Amino acid sequence: MDVLILSRIQFTLTVAFHYIYPPLSIGLGVMLVIMEALWLKTNQPIYHQMARFWTKVFALTFSIGVATGIVMEFEFGTNWAAYSRYVGDVFGSALAAEGIFAFFLESGFLALLLFGWNRVGRKMHFFSTCMVCLGAHFSAVWIVVANSWMQTPAGFHIVGEGMKARAEITDFWALVFNPSSMDRLFHVLCGAWQAGAFLVASVSAWYLLKKCHEEFARASLRLALWVGLASSLLQLVSGHTSAIGVAKNQPEKLAAFEGHYDTIPAPLTLFGWVDEKNEKVTGVALPGMLSWLIYNDTTKPVAGLREVKKEDRPPVNMSFQFFHIMVALGFALIGVAGIGIFYFGRGSLFDKRWMLWVLVLSVLGPQLANQAGWFAAEVGRQPWIVYKYLRTSEGLSRFVKAETVLTSVILFSLIYTLLFAVFIYLLDDKIKKGPHAEDLSPSGKLSLPKEVA
Amino acid sequence: MNFDSLDLNAIWFVLIGVLLTGYAMLDGFDLGVGALHLFTKTDEERRTMLNAIGPVWDGNEVWLVTGGGALFAAFPAVYASVFSGFYMAFVLLLFALIFRGVAIEFRSKQPMLWWRRLWDYGFSIGSVVSSLLIGVAIGNIAWGIPLDENGDFTGTFWSLLHPYALMLGITVVALFAMHGAIYAAMKTEGPLHEKLRGWINNCIIFFIICYAITTMATLLYVPHMAARIGANPWLFSIALVNMLAIANIPREIHYRRDGFAFISSCVAMIALMTLFGLEMFPNLVLSNPNPLNSLSIHNAASSKKTLSIMLVIAVIGIPLVLAYTISIYWIFRGKVKLDRSSY
Repeated sequence: MDVLILSRIQFTLTVAFHYIYPPLSIGLGVMLVIMEALWLKTNQPIYHQMARFWTKVFALTFSIGVATGIVMEFEFGTNWAAYSRYVGDVFGSALAAEGIFAFFLESGFLALLLFGWNRVGRKMHFFSTCMVCLGAHFSAVWIVVANSWMQTPAGFHIVGEGMKARAEITDFWALVFNPSSMDRLFHVLCGAWQAGAFLVASVSAWYLLKKCHEEFARASLRLALWVGLASSLLQLVSGHTSAIGVAKNQPEKLAAFEGHYDTIPAPLTLFGWVDEKNEKVTGVALPGMLSWLIYNDTTKPVAGLREVKKEDRPPVNMSFQFFHIMVALGFALIGVAGIGIFYFGRGSLFDKRWMLWVLVLSVLGPQLANQAGWFAAEVGRQPWIVYKYLRTSEGLSRFVKAETVLTSVILFSLIYTLLFAVFIYLLDDKIKKGPHAEDLSPSGKLSLPKEVA
Repeated sequence: MNFDSLDLNAIWFVLIGVLLTGYAMLDGFDLGVGALHLFTKTDEERRTMLNAIGPVWDGNEVWLVTGGGALFAAFPAVYASVFSGFYMAFVLLLFALIFRGVAIEFRSKQPMLWWRRLWDYGFSIGSVVSSLLIGVAIGNIAWGIPLDENGDFTGTFWSLLHPYALMLGITVVALFAMHGAIYAAMKTEGPLHEKLRGWINNCIIFFIICYAITTMATLLYVPHMAARIGANPWLFSIALVNMLAIANIPREIHYRRDGFAFISSCVAMIALMTLFGLEMFPNLVLSNPNPLNSLSIHNAASSKKTLSIMLVIAVIGIPLVLAYTISIYWIFRGKVKLDRSSY
């Protein structure tokens, strides 16, 4: 295998593994903010117990997220040196802003969130939780801005030629608000909120199935289902506006998502298979629906893949499948949260074991959808690393050898497998131990105000 | 905003120096605590060591992440050359940082002896290897690395491990161990505290030996790293400050003023980084054997526009960062007390 494919495998592996964790930090962060807000407002100790338990899960996901996050920053330099030289002027500022505005905020207040329960008062602790959550959201802002610039570059010009050519900023705000950044940011955040909500739902449903910690589980589940439903519905809106953006800014990517070759009114394929050799899609499709979704008109043509040369097209079937997996999971999650709330409201959810099992498994939904979505977005951008400006193959480090990258790919695979096994083991252990009973009677700085107690 | 009248390239040289010095002063002590971790014997002592750095180590590492990001943005050519050139060294550094980071979080989650031992080793070896590799990288940058006219590194992984670079690696391990021992002494009490006081003295001796060897080697074999002080004798005062600060540490320890000892150690680090920066300026990476290919603040920098945008970001960001950092250290001041939320 050559350096290009190995470096791509390594980046895929490290970023996909990393991306299990940040959405959980963002999503659980929101859940923790709501739990602590409810505790402050209602003074019901159950919310204190919830916040304490989910903080521990949060700490676990956060630590692996931090440890695996620094890898990508290094990889831009180690594996993609030519890319780094080309984009550093533009892309580097977004990364530096992420460090200064997001990571310091997050890591500083994290100390209070994890270890500050008895050092500061309830309100200060709540404030710290909000700041950690805000920091996690800021980091999403800057990293999505940076990635969106690679998808829809704006606010720059090219200086120099050949090996010395590079992008330089002309307008910082045009770079930040590039054509796809806000749509994609909203999409990423909804996915993260879903990841947090469905993790809480899953663990709570498990307790209900095992008939333990039931009061805790009911309160957690109710909250999780509402946040899950709200974020899943928002995700539907965000998915729709993102797709319109892709149609406008990266037409061949949308064409690849749908396996759409000719510029004619386009059907919406529900599921299927793209025969890339014969440029044909086999599957179930609703005629004219894609045109309608994009342009509100079933007869309007949508640009097809034949508009661009073969070497400028992304891998079609792969983009198609990842995109369709993401969409299908998105709809399934709306269904799961909706049905869950319906039965919860009627009071019969706790007797429906099949539904509780569905909820236990629902934790995989956002995780798989987030991964599939990113795979679709990044595979769909190929063969470009900076859309229409720099090819992925041109971004490589010139003097790094294939065997060196192979060694690091193998080492990363081994270490990440070990890390994942330990993560699952510790998560499982935490879930089995469950919430602490003593958290129902908080003491010291956490005790209830006198007038309530 | 218009910063045309400022020498932005030089400002960013200094700012990146500040970020990396911040990293050395802060993460330096938690890497040092890691290096000493295996010398403590009982479980309670080890937990105390971990909890001494527990609330702050993650924030300390952010200085490295932000320093890296700032280097990427301000001097992308340096970022590209150094990271791709030091490929294997940096991959190993990543593994070391990953292991020590998760080890802190994982260790006390299970009571089994084998489990805790495993993560104790992960934490300690990861910390030592990280410190060593950081030193090796600094050593190579000072010594010079083979760069071609595009700024690409043409050497190999093994060529990075020459005696001078390794000596600098060991010196950094010694420096961080000393710094970590002082920090741990500040945060502990009772028998562990007495033990640490003894270790501080051993660490100082170890560091001074390393420092003397490195300095001699620098004067003999890397004379360009002493040229500016040679030409401007008044700069020797910085070297003097460094030596006095180090000499002051045992004195403060003797009078049981651990906090002042820690400040002395920080001053020594700032002086060392200042000397390093002064000798490097205006270069960021020296090319050896062909000095014409060196990367400097001029040929490796981003555009003026980007440097000024970044300056605005820094001016807004740095006060916030200092505010969070100071408040967290203030809130978690005092000796470590183990409780339910501890590691």
